[in-house]
Amino acid sequence: MFHSVICSESRKLIAQYMLGLDAEVTYHNFYPQLNQFHPLHFFTSPDSSIISKNISCASIGMNTVGIIRAPRGDGKEAIVLVTPYNPKKVVLGEALSLGVAYSVFSLLSRVTWLAKDIIWLVADSQYGEYSSVSAWLREYQAPQFHRVVVNSETCNESSTIEGKLYSGFRRAGTIAAALVVKVAEDGNHFDDSLNIYAEASNGQMPNLDLINIVNYLAVHKQHLRIKVSKMWSLLGSKWLNTLGVVLECIGQYARRLNPQWKFGIPANEYVEGTATLASSMYYQGLGVPTGPHGAFRDYQVDAITVEISPKVSPTKMNRHIDFIFRGGRLIEGVVRSINNLLEKFHQSFFLYLLTSPSKFVSVGVYMIPFALLGAPLPIVAASLYMFSSKTTPQAPVASEVDFSLESWKWINSAKKVFVIHLWGVAVSLLPYFLCRIPGLTPTNNLTVWGSFAVLSLVILFSMLGYPTSVAVPSEAEKREWANLKSVTLSATFIGLSLMSVINFATAEIGALLIVPFCLMARPLMLDIQARSMRTLLLATCNLALGFIAFPPCAFLLLKSAFDSSGGYNISDYWNWMESLWAWNSATYLYIGIVHLPCWALCIHILFHPS
Amino acid sequence: MALLSRKGTLFLLFLFSIFLLSASASNGSGEEEEEFWEELLLKPLPDRKVLSHFHFQNEAPLSDSFARHHHLFPKSIAQLVKKFHIKAMELSFTQGRWNYERWGGFDPISSHNAKPPGVELWAVFDVPPHQVDASWKDLTHALSGLFCASINFLESSTTYSAPKWTFQSALGSLRYGTLPREAVCTENLTPWLKLLPCRDKAGLSALMDRPSIYKSFYHSQRLHLTQAKTGANPKNSRVVLEQTLTVVLQPNILTGGTNYVSEAKMQPSWSLSSIFGRKINGRCVLAKSSNVYLQVERGLVTQLENLQSSTATFAANGTNLDDFGRNVGFELSVNPDRVLKEVEKSSSILYEYPIKVHKDSEQFDLGITWKHPVIWSTPHVPLYASRFLMGSGNERGAIAICMKSTESTQELVAANYVDQRCNFQVNVLQIVPWYIKVYYHTLQLFVDEKPQILTDFVERMHVSPSEDKVSPGLMELVLKLPCEVKSAVLNIEFDKGFLHIDEYPPDANQGFDIPSAIISFPDFNAGLQFSDNSLSKTPMLSKLQERSPVISYTEVLLVPLTTPDFSMPYNVITITCTVFALYFGSLLNALRRRVGEEERRLNDKGGKKDALLNRVLGKLSSKFRGRSSVSSQPSSSSSSSLISPKLILRVLLVAGIAVAWQYYS
Repeated sequence: MFHSVICSESRKLIAQYMLGLDAEVTYHNFYPQLNQFHPLHFFTSPDSSIISKNISCASIGMNTVGIIRAPRGDGKEAIVLVTPYNPKKVVLGEALSLGVAYSVFSLLSRVTWLAKDIIWLVADSQYGEYSSVSAWLREYQAPQFHRVVVNSETCNESSTIEGKLYSGFRRAGTIAAALVVKVAEDGNHFDDSLNIYAEASNGQMPNLDLINIVNYLAVHKQHLRIKVSKMWSLLGSKWLNTLGVVLECIGQYARRLNPQWKFGIPANEYVEGTATLASSMYYQGLGVPTGPHGAFRDYQVDAITVEISPKVSPTKMNRHIDFIFRGGRLIEGVVRSINNLLEKFHQSFFLYLLTSPSKFVSVGVYMIPFALLGAPLPIVAASLYMFSSKTTPQAPVASEVDFSLESWKWINSAKKVFVIHLWGVAVSLLPYFLCRIPGLTPTNNLTVWGSFAVLSLVILFSMLGYPTSVAVPSEAEKREWANLKSVTLSATFIGLSLMSVINFATAEIGALLIVPFCLMARPLMLDIQARSMRTLLLATCNLALGFIAFPPCAFLLLKSAFDSSGGYNISDYWNWMESLWAWNSATYLYIGIVHLPCWALCIHILFHPS
Repeated sequence: MALLSRKGTLFLLFLFSIFLLSASASNGSGEEEEEFWEELLLKPLPDRKVLSHFHFQNEAPLSDSFARHHHLFPKSIAQLVKKFHIKAMELSFTQGRWNYERWGGFDPISSHNAKPPGVELWAVFDVPPHQVDASWKDLTHALSGLFCASINFLESSTTYSAPKWTFQSALGSLRYGTLPREAVCTENLTPWLKLLPCRDKAGLSALMDRPSIYKSFYHSQRLHLTQAKTGANPKNSRVVLEQTLTVVLQPNILTGGTNYVSEAKMQPSWSLSSIFGRKINGRCVLAKSSNVYLQVERGLVTQLENLQSSTATFAANGTNLDDFGRNVGFELSVNPDRVLKEVEKSSSILYEYPIKVHKDSEQFDLGITWKHPVIWSTPHVPLYASRFLMGSGNERGAIAICMKSTESTQELVAANYVDQRCNFQVNVLQIVPWYIKVYYHTLQLFVDEKPQILTDFVERMHVSPSEDKVSPGLMELVLKLPCEVKSAVLNIEFDKGFLHIDEYPPDANQGFDIPSAIISFPDFNAGLQFSDNSLSKTPMLSKLQERSPVISYTEVLLVPLTTPDFSMPYNVITITCTVFALYFGSLLNALRRRVGEEERRLNDKGGKKDALLNRVLGKLSSKFRGRSSVSSQPSSSSSSSLISPKLILRVLLVAGIAVAWQYYS
């Protein structure tokens, strides 16, 4: 009760301040959306019709929205400022971010240069920052006219606190760009700095120009340090530092040869760039938005989250005005830059990986390693196919029927590959049913999931007729693995290519893990029979790669390598997967439908009796 | 003689005709004079702004000849009317948006003068139907030159259309077009002012200080042309040219203070000199009448009366608002000559100030000083309409027009309570450019958030689908909505089309506009009724009292269309050329090669392997000898199969030289 009074009071206060600036103010009620598994919604925009029926009024979230109309503008476009704010638990950082946004808003309500409308969304973040922003955007972009009334009479009491508030939802043209403003809770003890979060769902990035504007204004005008997320553990790694030093030496030598060759960069810069690149790639590959800006990207609106992190923590800060002034000036500059655009940002800067706030790797460059990784797959597949079809016809000239059967031999392997992929689909759909069962811990869930996967795989193999190693295999069966491998390679190649269109970073990371294993995989029996140094090395390599490419192992290995905070639990894997499907990430589908079946097939080849 | 008599009759005829002409001319000038009025209406708005509405009216008899000399009426307009047979025409240049919520929509000023941003033009022609389009095209070019605007872009058939019911009495010869992107500035105002007999040198138009006008929140300059018939004779018609300028100004900039709430409630005091920076020096002497009006709105009057009754002292004195602005709420700096009051109870009040001929000693400067904070609201449109785009992405979307009831409809319900089935009519006109491919079958209507069958509410419908690159799509709906309606939503889906490459604006363009929809309410009358009709009726007063439907415009929408990457063709051409070069190179190589020759070379290679060193030396010596290399041709051709060691040697030599040169230079 006390909480709800505070909530409505703080909302009223914000609305009052907005009204005082002659802004149009409305409240937007929304129902918190539960994380649900929608296997078919990975590639569609969020649906607006999913509202669970039994939600009480107390759980309604309420955004406060203020709109300044550009005095002489035509109202075709709007810029959105978002400040997430939890009215139930007010912390100083959020209050400061409200202060920054209010100072900008009050300035913008008086300026004459405004050409686009300004929307200030105070997002009620008690159910998560993302869900409130996405609920508002859903209402803005795809409203539902036919409403199912969920006891609206009882819930409306707080929305009519002031007579001047227009009850309907207000809009202001096409959203040109959005800026989420946050203030970090604790000080970083170094310097006033600015964190930029840009990754949206499925590795989509906002236009690079937006990041450039923020970076330029923050560095050159406000003298803030800009930071994008980094893999901190990479910074201290020895081998990376060594590599950096080597590259620096080569670069220096090259420069001595020709002063125009400037590819050499200082070692520490190289290490930092690599750490940033790794993190940029990881967050893009994860496909989970790194902040509320992700909701905008779902509607093709450029948005980033700007987190101002002060030198001292806001609780100990004694000069709040200075801080608000500085942050406000930065936001004003960004808003002004977007406001002055007669066009929109150029369409071609969406595919990039950041290596520092001011540097990036563009699509033309980062596609090359992926292409190089992917290119051997079809070539090896073709050569294997040639190999198997050349060696199998042992009889001098088979009959016509026999020949045609020989040329269709791959269909058997294709069938196997297809069935294994079906198994992958089934495995990735299982969590949908698992999360229906109440009262299961992550470990239990994972156990059930894993055991089901293994069991079904065993059953499948027995149904498909797994060649038992007891019987002496015929020559044709011996060559079967080559056929199987060639089809597996093709399937992997197709899967990776498809994924690279959807989420490039996932495809790249996935290719790094699976491609070596796919290329190397050959029956262990062959290696063991040969018993030479080379083949034994090959077999160990294969086993190690097979271990690394197994998704849970890969996850745990990466986690232990990059996450300095200890305590690795197997249940983390379940949580990680759960977060992936909760955020509708295509990475989940990739792991389930491409990576896991290909890994299983390679393992199958590895233990093939030959 | 016969000849002479003939000459005589001719002369007589000539004389007679001259007499007739002069008689008719004198007759005409006696009955139908050219007349000019100038008026200014000021109105305080609820959100601390001031509406000023200039109204100039010019009337002249319509003559048959082009060469007629006009005293007051602008000749260019008269020629336009003559040449293109214009029955009626309206052209408006607007900057900013009319705020229907705060500035009202249910009064004649907003109903006539709230226009969509940019240029809006409609015209009715008095020509046979097949000539209408040609006349329209000529008219757009003429107006474009006259007003320094790109109205000529309305010439293209993709930009204009022929709505049927939204404008009055059209019947096929009306054309309507808008340019939402047109920027409006002084270069459009100057030619507009040139049409006035006094320009901006004297009279009310002298107030138009450019910086203060263009600093306004809303600026709309309008030119309205009609032919009024005076008598039974159709030739006896007059041309009426109405020029209005509507400006919404902020009297003074608020100095930011901590006590924002109380400051917000108090209306700022203003005067003509504070909002325009100028005073009225005198009337335009050519004007028949020159008046300034101050309108106090219905809502404000009611509030002031409430205030008056609550304040005991004033109630005792028995002062009321008619008493020349000495009331609780505000004080006027100049006493009005006349107070006009609407007939109904709690009605708006007009204070009239006639402007006298110029005197150096006194300048007219009307001011209003607020004494008490008053909050009121303007009468709203029956249904407050907002239009928005739905969906995202470059493929498809939807346009939704959302109409919400305001207190005006609630009044209607109250008035018609006896009637069981009370309905009111809403006309919706929506024009979409051809590249927005609207699917008319997807039109949905939601009344009070429930989906409804369209035919239950739509009385008439006129749809002309768009034709690619030829004509825009047009949809006119006549809706009958029940009076107690809370909200009504029209929703229609569309696909985004592709433009031809040269139709795109340069590179990363902002998007394309969908012009405003027009929502009109023929059952509601925006006119005001003043009590004393008998007194001299100036054009503005008669305009205010005219029975006219309430019209409102929705927002202009911006549709981002797919923008191709225009640097892409270049990349494609480059890559294609590379591929072609590789392909044809290898093909030519394969075709040119002869198998027999190859075999012969292979055989040669077997025999001459040991003589490699000799041959290299020989070649080097031949190089040194220069010209004589022609003689060693056969040997070099035979050694071409052994190209690899030689090539490596050469490459190494060149690389070594390059490295050495780089290193030491």
